[in-house]
Amino acid sequence: MNKSEFLSSIQSGLRGLPKEDIEERLSFYSEMIDDQIEEGLSEEEAVAEIGTADGVLSQILSEIPLSRLVKESVKPKRALKAWEIVLLVLTSPVWVSLLIAAFVIIISAYIVIWSLLISVWSIELVFSLGSVYIAANAVVFISQSRFWQCMAYFGASIAFVGIAILMFFVCKKAFKGAIVLTKKITESTKLIFIRKRVAK
Amino acid sequence: MDIQLKRGLLDVCVLAAIKSQESYGYQIIKDMKPYTEMSESTLYTILKRLENAEMLTVRTAEHGGRLRKYYKITEQGLKRIEEFKEDWKEIISIYKFVTKEDENNE
Repeated sequence: MNKSEFLSSIQSGLRGLPKEDIEERLSFYSEMIDDQIEEGLSEEEAVAEIGTADGVLSQILSEIPLSRLVKESVKPKRALKAWEIVLLVLTSPVWVSLLIAAFVIIISAYIVIWSLLISVWSIELVFSLGSVYIAANAVVFISQSRFWQCMAYFGASIAFVGIAILMFFVCKKAFKGAIVLTKKITESTKLIFIRKRVAK
Repeated sequence: MDIQLKRGLLDVCVLAAIKSQESYGYQIIKDMKPYTEMSESTLYTILKRLENAEMLTVRTAEHGGRLRKYYKITEQGLKRIEEFKEDWKEIISIYKFVTKEDENNE
């Protein structure tokens, strides 16, 4: 990838952000690339040194707080005319509820992910506590010298321990997955705000 | 290293890189390379943050037919470095406390 390809893909990835922001970033990367070329690197090498356009973009996005993106996208480009304000107020029953709905959808996505996680961990808890409970029962049976019941309970308890251990790995994976998904959702929400501004 | 911890450290690193004389983006990265790796994107964010906090000032100057931005440390930036050194003394004494048992066991 050469310099202008790199810069233009950064530019198109960030479109929607304030113009000065984008220009400042582009000139920063451009300066970096030029300085590395001056050091004797080829253009391609200098670009590769900075990283892939996608990698750079996702890092930039992750560093911009969502609140700022929202603020940028809500801020009107010019002063609203009187009739526009009247219209906004009159149509507020529609757009306010739509806005709330969108907000609720995003929040519920988070809730779904984390509830799933909680249920997986609850199963884990059931098996761990269950194994202890059954083992305790086995001890009670020994004291009552009911040998066969004791053996059966003891076996079941060991099976529960095994399942609990296996489940633990599933839980860990699920936990990591939930974190990744949460980040993904945040990132795509940010993208929605960036892209929306382009459409205007 | 812990990301939050490293972020705070890198701010001071960048300040230290421009402490003795003003410098520019690529030079800062080169100066820091033997000590710690930092990506260009990270540097941009840090420079921006330090500029907003008025710990450095930026000027644009011509270099070889193109523009280059030079960063100069301010009084506040110098103060931040001194604060960091003070903080670090405390961190070292915490570190000594944390590793005390390791030494006793050896």
